[in-house]
Formats: sequence, structure tokens, C-alpha cells
Amino acid sequence: MPMDEVALDHHDAHDHKPGFFVRWLFSTNHKDIGTLYLVFAMIAGIIGYTLSGLIRWELNEPGIGPMLWIVEQLQGVQGDAAVQQAKHFYNTVITYHGLIMIFFMVMPALIGGFGNWFVPLMIGAPDMAFPRMNNISFWLTVGAFILACISMTVPGGPAGNGFGGGWVLYPPLSSTAGHPGPAMDLLILSLHTAGIASILGAINFIVTILNMRAPGMTMHKMPLFAWGILVTAVLLLLSLPVLAAALTMLLTDRNFGSQFFNPAGGGDPVMFQHLFWFFGHPEVYIMILPAFGIISHIVSTFSKKPIFGYLGMAYAMVSIGVIGFVVWAHHMYTVGMEVDLKAYFIAATMVIAVPTGIKIFSWIATMWGGSIDFKVPMIWAIGFIFLFTVGGVTGVVLANAGIDHTLHDTYYVVAHFHYVLSLGAVFGLFAGWYYWFEKMFGVKYNGFLGGLHFWLMFIGSNVLFFPQHFLGLQGMPRRYIDYADGFTTWHHISSIGYAITMVGTLVFFVGLIEAAIRRRPAEANPWGEGATTLEWTLPSPPPFHQYNELPHVTTEGGH
Amino acid sequence: MRHRIAALCAALLAAPAFADIPVDKALGLQPAATRIAERIHDFHFMVLVIITVITVFVMGLLLWVMVFHNKRANPVPRKFSHNTLIEIIWTVVPALILVAIAGQSFPNLYYQDVPPNLEKVQEKARQLLADDKSSQYDAFVKDYNPDAAAKGFVNVKAQGNQWNWTYSYPDITDESGAPLEFVSNPIHTGLASDPNDARPRNLAVDYPMVVPAGRYIRYYTAAADVIHSWTVPAFGVKTDAVPGRLNEGWFLVDQPGVYYGQCSELCGVNHAYMPIEVRVVPQAQFDTWTQLMLSGDYDAAAASVQTIASLEPATQLAAIH
Repeated sequence: MPMDEVALDHHDAHDHKPGFFVRWLFSTNHKDIGTLYLVFAMIAGIIGYTLSGLIRWELNEPGIGPMLWIVEQLQGVQGDAAVQQAKHFYNTVITYHGLIMIFFMVMPALIGGFGNWFVPLMIGAPDMAFPRMNNISFWLTVGAFILACISMTVPGGPAGNGFGGGWVLYPPLSSTAGHPGPAMDLLILSLHTAGIASILGAINFIVTILNMRAPGMTMHKMPLFAWGILVTAVLLLLSLPVLAAALTMLLTDRNFGSQFFNPAGGGDPVMFQHLFWFFGHPEVYIMILPAFGIISHIVSTFSKKPIFGYLGMAYAMVSIGVIGFVVWAHHMYTVGMEVDLKAYFIAATMVIAVPTGIKIFSWIATMWGGSIDFKVPMIWAIGFIFLFTVGGVTGVVLANAGIDHTLHDTYYVVAHFHYVLSLGAVFGLFAGWYYWFEKMFGVKYNGFLGGLHFWLMFIGSNVLFFPQHFLGLQGMPRRYIDYADGFTTWHHISSIGYAITMVGTLVFFVGLIEAAIRRRPAEANPWGEGATTLEWTLPSPPPFHQYNELPHVTTEGGH
Repeated sequence: MRHRIAALCAALLAAPAFADIPVDKALGLQPAATRIAERIHDFHFMVLVIITVITVFVMGLLLWVMVFHNKRANPVPRKFSHNTLIEIIWTVVPALILVAIAGQSFPNLYYQDVPPNLEKVQEKARQLLADDKSSQYDAFVKDYNPDAAAKGFVNVKAQGNQWNWTYSYPDITDESGAPLEFVSNPIHTGLASDPNDARPRNLAVDYPMVVPAGRYIRYYTAAADVIHSWTVPAFGVKTDAVPGRLNEGWFLVDQPGVYYGQCSELCGVNHAYMPIEVRVVPQAQFDTWTQLMLSGDYDAAAASVQTIASLEPATQLAAIH
């Protein structure tokens, strides 16, 4: 961009910002792209969250209710035909809820948003290594999201629009046999595009982190958030091509008569599951590792203590990333695998609990002896540590194939992964939001509203997800629009929990609007002596281009 | 007529039948009906205790630091950031806990995943008795049933279809040699046109899978179209039905009764409406049922296995059926 070059040439050019369209559409500035990602994630998050609201509304009572009503209003059909469409509609709702939350909310927010904003600031770099690639990476994500949204509205299965086969896209349900319409093809293109965007972003982060650290910042002095993003980027780079391969094979199965996953032609549907989970399991860590990094900084900042066991923390993330690649088939214990293979996957999966435990205990040790200040980001971080522990220990339960044969595909699994993602990754996301809000936007938020948001979300999501453990133990299967009468009470309570989180989400937006209206000027470092990373040395918001003079990192300054 | 009398006698002689069905407000697993499920319960309980202790421990530590290490209680933060001993402890102790869990996990997995070799079961039992190792024998027969092993496996195939199950019994054949095979359809499918039937909603079927009590059952799963998953929570079994594959599993139920499961792999529009109903009946009643099924009188066959349920002692279960 010529404008950027101009700005770079002028060393005094603090805020030589380009005009609106050039700035936000052609942006090559890592902070602007980070903001774009955050806005995008917020929009996608509202849609994904609304879809989960439809799920909880439908499951509030036994029988088919709200879905039928929606289909009758939208499609103008009645009777048994409407019931069939309602069932399909429900399946599409759970499918797009999962895909949107993973690919278009959590990943763009944590990696694209906070990663873009704070990796360069924290490692003392003027920008990302490849600013234009950063731009295309963002706009491809938007394109991917639009493709996914279109996919919802075009013919999918025999009973209606959209793809209703779950976010895991298992064939033959995702083949022409199960979903002949173009919805699935659009979804494949959407995920391909999102995958390309993520691979480009991953390359950008890896190159930036390896090459553009400020003088004196060795890898072992690098902030843990940058470590988290580095490991995440490597996982993306290695796992997404495998997903791309599986999706391409599915695409050619669907359109060009190949038989990769069709047993009648010598293919194997289980092969898709192996390829999918070879990506899908690292994906789980892709969503949580950046949050790990954020939590480390917050805990250290508000305890006014250095991070306990910094190297252990960094290498715990590395080992979680490495082991994360060799545990994928624990998602597939019931497909009919050889028993010795299951035994291996049990052992490998349980090993991950060790580095995860190191992280939990190190966070607590960081707080130990500290002078904890319960500011809004800190209460989110403490909430994260507790909830992630709850989600983590149920993972140890599910790792055992012997138990998983009973719990697989039940609400126990739903509860487990929402505890680590919806209450883990998302709490990490909000913790980061309240930690860096002032730095990013140059205004202060209302601490009371931030605290209220936390308590509503903490109580609401526990009421929402904890009873789902009980449902799963009693045998309630996942992805059911209707259930046996014995599951009624816990489903109802779960839906009440959702309603509480709705109030919390409302408070979040009220807080955002309140901060925008009041415009209380931000401080460069509102958190005091505990905030030691480089972004707090800059004004809030940081200048359009920072570090024209590269900072020199000397002692323990990095973390 | 003889069949009916046989069924009646069998029903009267049978141990009180029960039903394993999801119970509202329940907190745990459905009652175990097989040794597989019993072992899952024991193992799950052990892991549940461990994870509860860990969670309470972490919560306690968090509360401790929040109360005693906040800025009011401790205005001057300490500056340590390393302690090799504690780091070794919190690496090694969790690893040991995991080893302890794995020590239970592997035997549990191999027990449920590998159908027992029935000849070896009988041989081992004979050997233990001959060697007069009564305590070992008692432990052995908790997991394996030599009497049932002597009678061999009852083989059943469950084929998932969009959206019902086809059960076939390859060893039970009519005069022409064709195996007993029938389709098991749900009674309640969420439609306005559903029959008015008082049996448990979303669980009951028209023609249930029927197996004899106290016999080794080997089941196979297959699929006609997309992936389904055959499961009965009370048995502790769940096996995907994958097109192009024949998966297998086994179970043995001592207690006659009605057991329900639901398809556990998303299979399209009516995924929630292809339940699994297994009626475990005494051998004599099973034989009656097979005769009626082979004669083509499915409704009489289904009625012959409904009887056992309605004859059971007065409990709230009468309402379930």
C-alpha cells in the first residue's frame, strides 16, 4: 500500500492514518486487521450464539416445538411435512452452530484478533512479517463465512436447505447419498477458504515470531502469549492440509465420481474420520493454546509476580501441541477399531493431562505469595482456571475407551467440550478482551459491567452445561431434536442456564456501548507494576506504527 | 396354544423383570445389566472419585490464594518464580495417578472389547475346579459364565437403516434355510400421525430385538446407507454401524427385562427416531418367540414377549409398559 510506505517514511508519522476505505478494506496494519478480526468474530459469534439459543429453546421441553413453528413461518408448510423439515432444520442448526463458533468466532478472535494485535506489540516488532498476506488472510475468512451463510440457505438434504450432518461432516451423510444438494459443496468451499486463510495466517505468525523479535528477546524471553500463538500456528500449518485433503476427496466423491469414502467403490467412510480428526484434535488445542497464553499474562499482571515456571509453561504448550497430533482416534473409539489401537490411544490421550496439569498448577503458583488485585480480567482468568479444570478432568474420563463406549456421542461429551471451549476458550477470550480493551481502543470500560458480565456468564454457563453431564450419564444422545421423557428436567434447567447467559451477553454489549459513549481516556498502563510486557510501554491506543526505534530487551523483561 | 402356555410358565418362573430406561432427575449411569456395564460402573466410580478430589483440590487452592494472597492480605508480593521440587512433584504425581487409572482402564477395555473364547472359558473353569482353587474360580465366574459358554453364542446382526433397525439371527432359520430377519420400527416418531401408544415415547418399537437371558450374545452391526450406532446404555455397549463394515461386540444379560437405547451417530432427519428396544427373556420364552416370528406372526411374537413385562410384580414399571 502506498499509504503505508508514506507513513513508514515519515518517522514522525504517528497517526498518518489513511482514509476510511483504504484503512479498513485494504488494511495492512496489524492492529487494524486485529480489530477487523475482532469485529468479524463478534458478528459471527452473535449468529453462532443465536443458533445455540435455538437449540436450547427447542430442547427446553420434550417434543418438537420451536423448530416446527419456525419452519411453518418460514416455509409455509404444515403437518407431517413440516415436522420432517423441522427435524432437518434442527440438524442444520447444530451443524452451523459448531462450525461458526469454531472457525468464525473462536479462531478469528483469539488468533486473528488478539494474535494480530499483540504478537507484534509483545515481541517488539513494527508489524507482522507479511502485511499484505495478513490482509488477504482476513478477507478470505470473511469470504469463507459468507459461503457458509449461503450454504445454510440453499438445498441440502432431502428434507430442506442447508447441511445437517454435524460439524464433523462424516460421509456418507455428507456424500451425495445423504445430502445431494449444493449446501454441502458450498460448505466444503467455505472450509477450504477458511483453511487457506488460516494457513496464510499461520505462516505469517511463525515468520514474525521467529524473525522479528526485538533485539535481546530470545525465544526463552518471549512472552507466553507469543509462545501460545507460535505453537498454535505450527499446529494449523501441519493439520489444516490434512483437512483440506479430506475435504477435496469428499468434493471429488460428490462431484466427479471418485469413491474415496464410498464402500461400494472400495472406499472407506472411516478413513474420512481418521483424516478429519487428524486435523480435528489439534484444532482443539488451536482454540485453547492462545487462551493459555492470555491467562498466563493476566495471572502474572494481577498477582504482581513473574510467571511461575516460565520455561515449564512454554514447553508444556509445546508438548501439548506435539502430543495433540498423536491422539486423534480417541474421537472414534466406537467405529470398530482394533483393541490394541484403542489401548494406545487411551495411553497417549491421558499423557496430555500431565502438561495440562503443569499449566494449572503453575498459574496457581504464580498467584501464590502474590498481591492479587481482583480486577475484571483477573476474575475472568480465575474463572477460566476453575472451569478448564472441570472440563479437563472429564476429558480424563472420556479418554478411557472402556467408559467412552458408554459415553461416546452423549451429552457427557457435549458437556466436556463446552467446558473446555465454551467456558475455557471463550472465558480466555473475554479475559483477554477486558485485559487489552483499554490498550486497543484507548478508552476505559466500566468495571462494574465487566464484573456483572462475568458473574452472569459464570453462573449461566455452569447451569447450562453442568446438568448435561447427568444427561450424558443417563444415556441422552447428542444431536437429538427430541428426547425420552426421562431427560426432561435437566434439559429444562440447561435451557434456563442459557437464558442467564443471554442476560450476560446483553451486559457485554451494554458495557461496550457505555465505553464508546463515555470515552474515558485510557492510560498507557492501567494495571501497574505487574504488567511487564512491551505493549504496556506504548500509549493507549498505540500509534498507527510503533517501534520505529526497536526496543531493547535486557533482563527478564520479556515475560 | 402350547407356545402360549410355555411362554406363560417361563414368564412366571422368570426372575422379576425390570426395565432400564432414562429416569428423570437422575444423576448417574443407568443401572448395569451386564458384567461389562458393572465393570464400567466400578471403573467410572473410581475415576469419578479421583477427578472430584482433583477438582476440589484445585478449587481449594484457588480459594486459598484468593483469600490469603490478595492485595489486602498480602500488600507486598513475593518475587519467586521457580521451585524445582514442587515442579517435579506436580509432574510426577499426576503421572502416577494416570498410571493407576490406566491400570484399571486396559483390563476393562480388553474385557469388553474382545468377545470371550467360549471354549477357553469352559476349559479354564474346569481347570480351576479340578485344581480346587475355589476363590480363583469365584473370581473367574464373576466375569465369565461357563454354563452359558457351554451353550455357545447367540448371534444377532443389527443393521442400521435410515431410520430403523433390521435385526437378523443367522443361526435361527426357517425350513427353507432363510434366517429370521425383521425390521424394528419406532412407535413414536414425533409426527401428528403417530399412533396413540402408551409405551415409552421415543424409545419403544413395534418389533423389539429379543435375546435369551443368561446366554452369551454376539452382535454384529452393519449399515445400509449412512453411519448409525447401536447402543444399549444398560449393557455398556455401543458399536457404530458403518457401511461396508461388519463390527462386532458381545454381552450377556442375566436379568430378564426390557432395555432401551437410541441411535448414537447422527444419521439424518430422523436420527432421534430410531430407538433400540431389547427384550431379554428366559430361554423357553425366547424359543416361543422365535417360532412365532418364523411362522410370520410378528404381532403374536411381539405380544408373547410383552407378557413377561406385564406379569412382573407390581412396581411403577407396569406403567412404563
